[in-house]
Amino acid sequence: MNASAPELPAPIGLLAELTHRCQLRCPYCSNPLELDKRSGELDTATWRRVLSEAAALGVLHVHLSGGEPTIRTDIVEIIAHCARTGLYSNLITSGVGGALEKLNALADAGLDHVQLSFQAVDKANAERIGGFVNAQAQKMAFAGRVTALGLPLTLNAVIHRGNIDEVDRFIDLAVALGARRLEVAHTQYYGWASMNRAALMPTKADVDRSIQIVETARKALEGRLLIDLVVPDYYATYPKACVGGWGRRLINVTPSGRVLPCHAAETIQGLEFWSVRDRTLADIWTSSPAFMAYRGTDWMLEPCRSCDRKERDWGGCRCQALALTGDASATDPVCVYSPYHARIKTLAAAEASVNAKSTYVYRSFSLGDRPASAGSPAGDVS
Amino acid sequence: MRELLRLDDVLRLPRGSRLRFDDVRGTHVLLAPERTFDLDAVAADVLGFVDGIRSVDDIVTALAEKYVEDRGVIERDVIDLLDELLRKRVLDR
Ligand code: SF4
Ligand code: SF4
Repeated sequence: MNASAPELPAPIGLLAELTHRCQLRCPYCSNPLELDKRSGELDTATWRRVLSEAAALGVLHVHLSGGEPTIRTDIVEIIAHCARTGLYSNLITSGVGGALEKLNALADAGLDHVQLSFQAVDKANAERIGGFVNAQAQKMAFAGRVTALGLPLTLNAVIHRGNIDEVDRFIDLAVALGARRLEVAHTQYYGWASMNRAALMPTKADVDRSIQIVETARKALEGRLLIDLVVPDYYATYPKACVGGWGRRLINVTPSGRVLPCHAAETIQGLEFWSVRDRTLADIWTSSPAFMAYRGTDWMLEPCRSCDRKERDWGGCRCQALALTGDASATDPVCVYSPYHARIKTLAAAEASVNAKSTYVYRSFSLGDRPASAGSPAGDVS
Repeated sequence: MRELLRLDDVLRLPRGSRLRFDDVRGTHVLLAPERTFDLDAVAADVLGFVDGIRSVDDIVTALAEKYVEDRGVIERDVIDLLDELLRKRVLDR
Protein backbone atom coordinates (compact mmCIF):
# COMPACT_ATOMS: atom_id res chain seq x y z
CA MET A 1 0.00 0.00 0.00
CA ASN A 2 1.58 3.26 1.09
CA ALA A 3 5.23 2.37 1.62
CA SER A 4 6.52 5.93 1.86
CA ALA A 5 4.71 6.85 5.11
CA PRO A 6 7.04 6.40 8.13
CA GLU A 7 4.66 4.70 10.52
CA LEU A 8 1.04 5.23 9.86
CA PRO A 9 -0.90 5.67 13.11
CA ALA A 10 -4.12 3.70 13.57
CA PRO A 11 -7.25 5.85 13.86
CA ILE A 12 -8.81 5.89 17.31
CA GLY A 13 -12.09 7.75 16.72
CA LEU A 14 -14.80 7.68 14.09
CA LEU A 15 -17.17 10.59 13.73
CA ALA A 16 -20.16 9.05 12.01
CA GLU A 17 -22.42 11.80 10.73
CA LEU A 18 -25.49 9.70 10.15
CA THR A 19 -27.65 12.47 8.73
CA HIS A 20 -27.68 16.21 8.30
CA ARG A 21 -31.36 16.32 9.17
CA CYS A 22 -32.02 18.07 12.48
CA GLN A 23 -35.00 19.71 14.16
CA LEU A 24 -32.81 22.51 15.48
CA ARG A 25 -31.18 25.27 13.44
CA CYS A 26 -28.23 26.38 15.56
CA PRO A 27 -26.39 29.29 13.96
CA TYR A 28 -23.01 27.79 14.98
CA CYS A 29 -23.66 24.33 13.58
CA SER A 30 -20.45 22.78 12.29
CA ASN A 31 -22.22 21.07 9.40
CA PRO A 32 -21.28 22.41 5.97
CA LEU A 33 -23.36 25.19 4.43
CA GLU A 34 -24.43 22.72 1.78
CA LEU A 35 -26.19 19.95 3.68
CA ASP A 36 -26.54 16.38 2.39
CA LYS A 37 -30.10 15.47 1.48
CA ARG A 38 -31.88 12.44 2.93
CA SER A 39 -31.95 10.75 -0.47
CA GLY A 40 -28.15 10.75 -0.55
CA GLU A 41 -27.66 9.15 2.87
CA LEU A 42 -25.82 5.84 3.30
CA ASP A 43 -28.03 2.83 3.98
CA THR A 44 -27.90 0.57 7.02
CA ALA A 45 -25.82 -2.16 5.40
CA THR A 46 -23.13 0.31 4.38
CA TRP A 47 -22.95 1.79 7.89
CA ARG A 48 -22.63 -1.74 9.28
CA ARG A 49 -19.70 -2.41 6.97
CA VAL A 50 -18.08 0.94 7.77
CA LEU A 51 -18.35 0.27 11.51
CA SER A 52 -16.86 -3.21 11.18
CA GLU A 53 -14.01 -1.84 9.08
CA ALA A 54 -13.42 0.95 11.60
CA ALA A 55 -13.19 -1.54 14.46
CA ALA A 56 -10.68 -3.64 12.52
CA LEU A 57 -8.58 -0.55 11.78
CA GLY A 58 -8.24 0.27 15.48
CA VAL A 59 -11.09 2.69 16.11
CA LEU A 60 -12.30 2.50 19.73
CA HIS A 61 -14.87 5.29 20.02
CA VAL A 62 -17.66 5.98 17.56
CA HIS A 63 -19.37 9.34 17.81
CA LEU A 64 -22.82 9.04 16.31
CA SER A 65 -23.66 12.49 15.23
CA GLY A 66 -25.34 14.54 12.57
CA GLY A 67 -27.51 16.49 12.37
CA GLU A 68 -29.68 14.60 14.75
CA PRO A 69 -28.72 10.89 14.66
CA THR A 70 -31.94 9.65 16.26
CA ILE A 71 -33.85 10.81 13.17
CA ARG A 72 -32.45 7.74 11.37
CA THR A 73 -34.95 4.91 11.51
CA ASP A 74 -32.07 2.41 11.84
CA ILE A 75 -30.35 4.10 14.78
CA VAL A 76 -31.03 1.13 17.08
CA GLU A 77 -29.44 -1.29 14.63
CA ILE A 78 -26.43 0.99 14.15
CA ILE A 79 -25.83 1.12 17.90
CA ALA A 80 -26.34 -2.62 18.20
CA HIS A 81 -23.69 -3.08 15.54
CA CYS A 82 -21.25 -0.88 17.48
CA ALA A 83 -21.82 -3.11 20.50
CA ARG A 84 -21.31 -6.28 18.42
CA THR A 85 -17.98 -5.04 17.11
CA GLY A 86 -16.74 -3.78 20.50
CA LEU A 87 -16.94 -0.11 19.50
CA TYR A 88 -17.76 2.37 22.22
CA SER A 89 -20.88 4.23 21.10
CA ASN A 90 -21.38 7.88 21.92
CA LEU A 91 -24.71 9.37 20.91
CA ILE A 92 -24.49 13.10 20.23
CA THR A 93 -28.05 14.33 20.33
CA SER A 94 -30.22 17.38 20.81
CA GLY A 95 -32.74 15.22 22.70
CA VAL A 96 -35.80 16.57 20.89
CA GLY A 97 -38.34 15.01 18.55
CA GLY A 98 -38.40 11.22 18.64
CA ALA A 99 -35.17 10.91 20.62
CA LEU A 100 -36.86 10.20 23.96
CA GLU A 101 -39.16 7.60 22.46
CA LYS A 102 -36.19 5.65 21.11
CA LEU A 103 -33.95 5.94 24.13
CA ASN A 104 -34.91 2.71 25.92
CA ALA A 105 -34.28 0.71 22.78
CA LEU A 106 -30.94 2.43 22.26
CA ALA A 107 -29.90 1.58 25.82
CA ASP A 108 -30.97 -2.04 25.31
CA ALA A 109 -28.95 -2.18 22.11
CA GLY A 110 -25.81 -1.38 24.11
CA LEU A 111 -25.41 2.39 23.90
CA ASP A 112 -22.43 3.47 26.04
CA HIS A 113 -22.76 7.22 26.47
CA VAL A 114 -25.05 10.14 25.72
CA GLN A 115 -23.95 13.66 24.96
CA LEU A 116 -26.87 16.05 25.11
CA SER A 117 -26.66 19.60 23.82
CA PHE A 118 -28.21 22.60 25.53
CA GLN A 119 -28.25 25.89 23.64
CA ALA A 120 -28.75 27.90 26.86
CA VAL A 121 -30.23 27.34 30.30
CA ASP A 122 -32.68 30.20 30.05
CA LYS A 123 -35.60 28.73 28.13
CA ALA A 124 -36.37 31.70 25.90
CA ASN A 125 -32.73 32.22 25.09
CA ALA A 126 -32.21 28.52 24.34
CA GLU A 127 -35.13 28.48 21.96
CA ARG A 128 -34.02 31.66 20.25
CA ILE A 129 -30.53 30.24 19.67
CA GLY A 130 -31.69 26.80 18.55
CA GLY A 131 -34.45 28.25 16.41
CA PHE A 132 -36.89 25.67 17.76
CA VAL A 133 -39.83 26.19 20.14
CA ASN A 134 -40.39 23.87 23.09
CA ALA A 135 -36.95 22.28 22.86
CA GLN A 136 -36.05 22.88 26.50
CA ALA A 137 -38.82 20.79 28.08
CA GLN A 138 -37.99 17.90 25.75
CA LYS A 139 -34.31 18.09 26.61
CA MET A 140 -35.01 18.05 30.34
CA ALA A 141 -37.20 14.97 29.99
CA PHE A 142 -34.58 13.31 27.82
CA ALA A 143 -31.79 13.99 30.34
CA GLY A 144 -33.93 12.53 33.12
CA ARG A 145 -34.45 9.32 31.19
CA VAL A 146 -30.74 8.99 30.36
CA THR A 147 -29.73 9.01 34.02
CA ALA A 148 -32.71 6.86 35.04
CA LEU A 149 -31.42 4.22 32.62
CA GLY A 150 -27.99 4.40 34.27
CA LEU A 151 -26.32 5.76 31.15
CA PRO A 152 -23.53 8.28 31.65
CA LEU A 153 -24.66 11.76 30.61
CA THR A 154 -22.55 14.59 29.25
CA LEU A 155 -24.06 18.01 28.82
CA ASN A 156 -22.67 19.94 25.89
CA ALA A 157 -22.79 23.72 25.86
CA VAL A 158 -21.48 25.55 22.84
CA ILE A 159 -20.53 28.98 24.12
CA HIS A 160 -20.75 32.27 22.24
CA ARG A 161 -21.80 35.84 22.87
CA GLY A 162 -25.47 34.91 23.20
CA ASN A 163 -25.01 32.58 26.19
CA ILE A 164 -21.60 33.32 27.66
CA ASP A 165 -23.34 34.91 30.66
CA GLU A 166 -24.90 31.53 31.46
CA VAL A 167 -21.77 29.47 32.06
CA ASP A 168 -22.45 29.23 35.81
CA ARG A 169 -26.03 28.19 35.09
CA PHE A 170 -24.85 25.46 32.71
CA ILE A 171 -22.71 24.10 35.53
CA ASP A 172 -25.63 24.13 37.97
CA LEU A 173 -27.85 22.46 35.39
CA ALA A 174 -25.32 19.70 34.78
CA VAL A 175 -25.16 18.97 38.50
CA ALA A 176 -28.94 19.10 38.88
CA LEU A 177 -29.44 16.67 35.99
CA GLY A 178 -26.88 14.21 37.37
CA ALA A 179 -24.47 14.57 34.46
CA ARG A 180 -21.01 13.11 34.98
CA ARG A 181 -19.43 15.43 32.50
CA LEU A 182 -19.95 18.92 31.09
CA GLU A 183 -18.39 20.24 27.94
CA VAL A 184 -18.02 23.98 27.87
CA ALA A 185 -17.01 24.36 24.27
CA HIS A 186 -16.41 27.80 22.88
CA THR A 187 -17.63 28.08 19.32
CA GLN A 188 -15.21 26.98 16.61
CA TYR A 189 -15.69 29.15 13.57
CA TYR A 190 -16.33 26.69 10.77
CA GLY A 191 -19.47 25.99 8.78
CA TRP A 192 -22.45 28.02 9.92
CA ALA A 193 -20.47 29.52 12.78
CA SER A 194 -18.11 31.12 10.33
CA MET A 195 -21.04 32.79 8.57
CA ASN A 196 -22.39 34.01 11.92
CA ARG A 197 -19.07 34.95 13.42
CA ALA A 198 -19.88 38.63 13.95
CA ALA A 199 -23.04 37.68 15.82
CA LEU A 200 -21.33 34.99 17.92
CA MET A 201 -17.90 36.30 18.88
CA PRO A 202 -17.70 37.10 22.60
CA THR A 203 -15.44 39.77 24.08
CA LYS A 204 -12.09 38.86 25.55
CA ALA A 205 -13.26 40.02 28.99
CA ASP A 206 -16.30 37.73 28.86
CA VAL A 207 -14.15 34.82 27.69
CA ASP A 208 -11.70 35.33 30.55
CA ARG A 209 -14.51 35.53 33.07
CA SER A 210 -16.13 32.36 31.74
CA ILE A 211 -12.83 30.48 32.01
CA GLN A 212 -12.45 31.68 35.59
CA ILE A 213 -15.91 30.39 36.46
CA VAL A 214 -15.04 26.99 35.00
CA GLU A 215 -11.72 26.79 36.88
CA THR A 216 -13.42 27.56 40.19
CA ALA A 217 -16.21 25.07 39.58
CA ARG A 218 -13.75 22.37 38.56
CA LYS A 219 -12.16 22.48 41.99
CA ALA A 220 -15.41 22.74 43.90
CA LEU A 221 -17.02 19.90 41.97
CA GLU A 222 -14.06 17.56 41.63
CA GLY A 223 -15.25 13.96 41.75
CA ARG A 224 -18.85 15.00 41.03
CA LEU A 225 -18.69 16.69 37.67
CA LEU A 226 -15.87 16.55 35.16
CA ILE A 227 -15.72 19.77 33.17
CA ASP A 228 -13.93 19.80 29.85
CA LEU A 229 -13.24 23.24 28.51
CA VAL A 230 -12.57 24.07 24.88
CA VAL A 231 -11.17 27.58 24.86
CA PRO A 232 -11.87 29.88 21.95
CA ASP A 233 -9.17 29.76 19.36
CA TYR A 234 -9.12 33.39 18.38
CA TYR A 235 -7.87 34.50 21.76
CA ALA A 236 -5.25 31.75 22.16
CA THR A 237 -1.45 31.89 21.77
CA TYR A 238 -0.90 28.52 20.13
CA PRO A 239 -3.37 26.56 18.05
CA LYS A 240 -4.88 23.25 19.08
CA ALA A 241 -3.74 20.05 17.48
CA CYS A 242 -6.84 20.04 15.30
CA VAL A 243 -8.45 16.57 15.34
CA GLY A 244 -5.27 15.39 17.06
CA GLY A 245 -3.28 16.00 13.89
CA TRP A 246 -4.56 15.58 10.35
CA GLY A 247 -5.00 11.91 9.45
CA ARG A 248 -3.57 10.69 12.76
CA ARG A 249 -6.51 9.91 15.05
CA LEU A 250 -9.87 10.74 13.53
CA ILE A 251 -11.99 9.64 10.62
CA ASN A 252 -15.12 11.56 9.71
CA VAL A 253 -17.72 9.94 7.49
CA THR A 254 -20.40 12.27 6.12
CA PRO A 255 -24.06 11.25 5.69
CA SER A 256 -23.46 10.49 2.01
CA GLY A 257 -20.27 8.52 2.66
CA ARG A 258 -17.43 10.91 1.92
CA VAL A 259 -14.50 10.36 4.25
CA LEU A 260 -12.87 13.44 5.74
CA PRO A 261 -9.88 14.00 8.02
CA CYS A 262 -11.95 16.63 9.87
CA HIS A 263 -15.54 17.76 9.61
CA ALA A 264 -14.65 21.06 7.94
CA ALA A 265 -12.18 19.59 5.45
CA GLU A 266 -14.53 20.06 2.52
CA THR A 267 -14.04 23.81 2.75
CA ILE A 268 -10.56 23.21 1.32
CA GLN A 269 -10.90 23.41 -2.44
CA GLY A 270 -9.05 20.88 -4.52
CA LEU A 271 -8.80 18.12 -1.93
CA GLU A 272 -9.90 14.77 -3.27
CA PHE A 273 -12.16 12.87 -0.89
CA TRP A 274 -12.89 9.20 -1.34
CA SER A 275 -16.19 7.58 -0.47
CA VAL A 276 -16.99 4.44 1.52
CA ARG A 277 -19.33 3.58 -1.34
CA ASP A 278 -16.32 2.86 -3.54
CA ARG A 279 -13.54 1.76 -1.19
CA THR A 280 -12.76 0.24 2.17
CA LEU A 281 -12.08 2.48 5.12
CA ALA A 282 -8.57 1.03 5.44
CA ASP A 283 -7.76 1.93 1.86
CA ILE A 284 -9.10 5.46 2.37
CA TRP A 285 -7.20 5.93 5.65
CA THR A 286 -3.87 4.89 4.15
CA SER A 287 -4.05 6.25 0.64
CA SER A 288 -6.80 8.81 0.09
CA PRO A 289 -5.34 12.07 -1.27
CA ALA A 290 -7.25 14.10 1.31
CA PHE A 291 -5.69 12.19 4.21
CA MET A 292 -2.23 12.27 2.65
CA ALA A 293 -2.34 16.01 1.92
CA TYR A 294 -1.56 17.28 5.43
CA ARG A 295 -0.57 14.14 7.29
CA GLY A 296 2.69 14.40 9.24
CA THR A 297 4.97 17.41 8.77
CA ASP A 298 6.32 17.22 5.21
CA TRP A 299 3.72 19.61 3.81
CA MET A 300 4.56 22.37 6.31
CA LEU A 301 5.88 25.81 5.40
CA GLU A 302 7.71 28.21 7.69
CA PRO A 303 7.36 29.03 10.56
CA CYS A 304 5.97 25.54 11.33
CA ARG A 305 8.63 23.65 9.39
CA SER A 306 11.44 24.58 11.75
CA CYS A 307 9.31 24.90 14.91
CA ASP A 308 9.84 22.48 17.79
CA ARG A 309 6.10 22.35 18.51
CA LYS A 310 5.28 20.92 15.10
CA GLU A 311 4.63 17.40 16.36
CA ARG A 312 2.56 18.77 19.23
CA ASP A 313 -0.01 20.86 17.41
CA TRP A 314 0.75 19.72 13.84
CA GLY A 315 0.51 23.31 12.70
CA GLY A 316 -3.05 23.78 13.97
CA CYS A 317 -6.20 23.71 11.89
CA ARG A 318 -5.96 23.57 8.09
CA CYS A 319 -9.50 24.81 7.58
CA GLN A 320 -8.93 27.81 9.82
CA ALA A 321 -5.64 28.57 8.06
CA LEU A 322 -7.52 28.57 4.79
CA ALA A 323 -10.45 30.62 6.04
CA LEU A 324 -8.25 33.30 7.55
CA THR A 325 -5.19 33.43 5.26
CA GLY A 326 -6.45 31.99 2.00
CA ASP A 327 -3.86 29.20 2.12
CA ALA A 328 -4.62 25.83 3.71
CA SER A 329 -0.88 25.09 4.06
CA ALA A 330 -0.21 28.19 6.09
CA THR A 331 0.42 28.22 9.83
CA ASP A 332 -2.88 28.45 11.69
CA PRO A 333 -3.16 32.20 12.33
CA VAL A 334 -4.19 31.50 15.91
CA CYS A 335 -0.46 30.82 16.41
CA VAL A 336 1.53 33.72 17.74
CA TYR A 337 4.25 32.98 15.13
CA SER A 338 1.85 33.43 12.21
CA PRO A 339 2.23 36.69 10.31
CA TYR A 340 -1.58 36.93 10.42
CA HIS A 341 -1.81 36.56 14.18
CA ALA A 342 -2.21 40.24 15.02
CA ARG A 343 -4.95 40.64 12.43
CA ILE A 344 -6.93 37.77 13.93
CA LYS A 345 -6.82 39.39 17.34
CA THR A 346 -7.97 42.70 15.87
CA LEU A 347 -10.71 40.99 13.92
CA ALA A 348 -11.97 39.14 16.99
CA ALA A 349 -11.99 42.32 19.03
CA ALA A 350 -13.81 44.23 16.29
CA GLU A 351 -16.49 41.59 15.84
CA ALA A 352 -16.94 41.11 19.57
CA SER A 353 -17.63 44.81 19.95
CA VAL A 354 -20.65 44.78 17.65
CA ASN A 355 -23.20 45.62 20.27
CA ALA A 356 -26.53 45.32 18.54
CA LYS A 357 -28.68 42.31 19.44
CA SER A 358 -27.31 39.61 17.23
CA THR A 359 -29.30 38.39 14.29
CA TYR A 360 -28.36 34.90 13.21
CA VAL A 361 -28.38 33.20 9.89
CA TYR A 362 -30.05 29.97 10.98
CA ARG A 363 -28.85 26.68 9.67
CA SER A 364 -31.12 25.37 6.92
CA PHE A 365 -31.14 23.19 3.84
CA SER A 366 -31.24 26.23 1.62
CA LEU A 367 -29.96 29.68 2.24
CA GLY A 368 -33.26 31.10 0.97
CA ASP A 369 -34.59 32.12 4.38
CA ARG A 370 -31.65 34.26 5.35
CA PRO A 371 -32.94 37.26 7.31
CA ALA A 372 -32.23 40.52 5.54
CA SER A 373 -30.61 42.10 8.58
CA ALA A 374 -28.07 39.34 9.16
CA GLY A 375 -24.42 40.23 9.52
CA SER A 376 -22.40 39.68 6.39
CA PRO A 377 -20.57 36.39 6.12
CA ALA A 378 -17.32 37.69 7.52
CA GLY A 379 -14.98 35.06 6.19
CA ASP A 380 -12.59 37.30 4.37
CA VAL A 381 -9.69 39.01 6.05
CA SER A 382 -6.99 38.44 3.49
CA MET B 1 -14.53 19.12 48.29
CA ARG B 2 -14.40 15.47 47.68
CA GLU B 3 -13.73 12.75 50.24
CA LEU B 4 -10.48 10.89 49.75
CA LEU B 5 -10.51 7.28 48.75
CA ARG B 6 -10.50 4.90 51.72
CA LEU B 7 -9.37 1.30 52.00
CA ASP B 8 -12.85 0.11 52.92
CA ASP B 9 -14.45 1.80 49.92
CA VAL B 10 -16.09 -0.53 47.43
CA LEU B 11 -15.87 0.64 43.83
CA ARG B 12 -17.57 -0.37 40.65
CA LEU B 13 -17.35 0.41 36.97
CA PRO B 14 -20.54 2.22 36.00
CA ARG B 15 -22.25 1.72 32.70
CA GLY B 16 -20.25 3.57 30.07
CA SER B 17 -16.88 2.61 31.57
CA ARG B 18 -15.71 -0.44 29.66
CA LEU B 19 -12.58 -2.56 29.89
CA ARG B 20 -11.40 -4.21 26.75
CA PHE B 21 -8.30 -5.39 24.99
CA ASP B 22 -7.24 -3.29 22.03
CA ASP B 23 -6.00 -5.87 19.53
CA VAL B 24 -4.62 -3.33 17.09
CA ARG B 25 -2.34 -1.67 19.66
CA GLY B 26 -1.85 -4.76 21.80
CA THR B 27 -2.88 -3.10 25.05
CA HIS B 28 -5.62 -3.09 27.65
CA VAL B 29 -7.79 0.01 27.65
CA LEU B 30 -10.54 1.50 29.74
CA LEU B 31 -13.06 3.16 27.47
CA ALA B 32 -15.07 6.01 28.96
CA PRO B 33 -16.96 9.08 27.72
CA GLU B 34 -14.59 10.95 25.37
CA ARG B 35 -11.58 9.23 26.97
CA THR B 36 -9.39 6.21 26.50
CA PHE B 37 -7.12 5.15 29.35
CA ASP B 38 -4.21 2.94 28.32
CA LEU B 39 -3.65 0.33 30.99
CA ASP B 40 -0.48 -1.60 31.68
CA ALA B 41 -0.82 -5.18 32.90
CA VAL B 42 -1.02 -4.19 36.58
CA ALA B 43 -3.58 -1.45 36.02
CA ALA B 44 -5.67 -3.86 33.96
CA ASP B 45 -5.54 -6.32 36.88
CA VAL B 46 -6.57 -3.66 39.37
CA LEU B 47 -9.59 -2.72 37.32
CA GLY B 48 -10.37 -6.36 36.70
CA PHE B 49 -10.86 -6.68 40.45
CA VAL B 50 -13.21 -3.68 40.63
CA ASP B 51 -16.51 -5.51 40.82
CA GLY B 52 -18.75 -3.71 43.30
CA ILE B 53 -17.98 -6.40 45.91
CA ARG B 54 -14.27 -6.23 46.72
CA SER B 55 -13.04 -3.30 48.82
CA VAL B 56 -9.94 -1.36 47.88
CA ASP B 57 -8.20 -3.28 50.66
CA ASP B 58 -9.23 -6.61 49.13
CA ILE B 59 -7.86 -5.49 45.78
CA VAL B 60 -4.52 -4.54 47.33
CA THR B 61 -4.32 -7.93 49.06
CA ALA B 62 -5.11 -9.79 45.85
CA LEU B 63 -2.47 -7.88 43.93
CA ALA B 64 0.21 -8.19 46.59
CA GLU B 65 -0.30 -11.96 46.43
CA LYS B 66 -0.28 -12.12 42.68
CA TYR B 67 2.84 -9.99 42.20
CA VAL B 68 4.61 -11.05 45.43
CA GLU B 69 5.28 -7.40 46.13
CA ASP B 70 5.42 -5.21 49.22
CA ARG B 71 1.90 -4.30 50.30
CA GLY B 72 2.76 -0.66 50.92
CA VAL B 73 4.02 -0.15 47.36
CA ILE B 74 0.98 -1.84 45.85
CA GLU B 75 -1.37 0.12 48.06
CA ARG B 76 -0.01 3.44 46.89
CA ASP B 77 -0.24 2.48 43.21
CA VAL B 78 -3.74 1.12 43.54
CA ILE B 79 -5.00 4.18 45.38
CA ASP B 80 -3.36 6.56 42.91
CA LEU B 81 -4.96 4.82 39.97
CA LEU B 82 -8.43 4.45 41.45
CA ASP B 83 -8.45 7.96 42.83
CA GLU B 84 -7.55 9.39 39.46
CA LEU B 85 -10.39 7.49 37.84
CA LEU B 86 -12.84 8.60 40.54
CA ARG B 87 -11.87 12.19 39.91
CA LYS B 88 -12.53 11.70 36.21
CA ARG B 89 -15.99 10.29 37.06
CA VAL B 90 -15.39 6.99 35.30
CA LEU B 91 -15.56 4.94 38.52
CA ASP B 92 -18.29 4.93 41.16
CA ARG B 93 -18.13 4.29 44.88
S1 SF4 C 1 -25.48 22.14 16.17
FE1 SF4 C 1 -27.70 22.44 16.39
S2 SF4 C 1 -28.43 22.45 14.24
FE2 SF4 C 1 -26.37 21.57 14.19
S3 SF4 C 1 -26.72 19.39 14.32
FE3 SF4 C 1 -26.36 20.12 16.41
S4 SF4 C 1 -28.42 20.52 17.24
FE4 SF4 C 1 -28.63 20.36 14.99
S1 SF4 D 1 4.64 27.72 14.24
FE1 SF4 D 1 3.38 25.99 13.59
S2 SF4 D 1 4.14 24.23 14.73
FE2 SF4 D 1 4.95 26.09 15.74
S3 SF4 D 1 3.49 26.56 17.38
FE3 SF4 D 1 2.84 27.72 15.58
S4 SF4 D 1 1.38 26.41 14.52
FE4 SF4 D 1 2.49 25.10 15.97
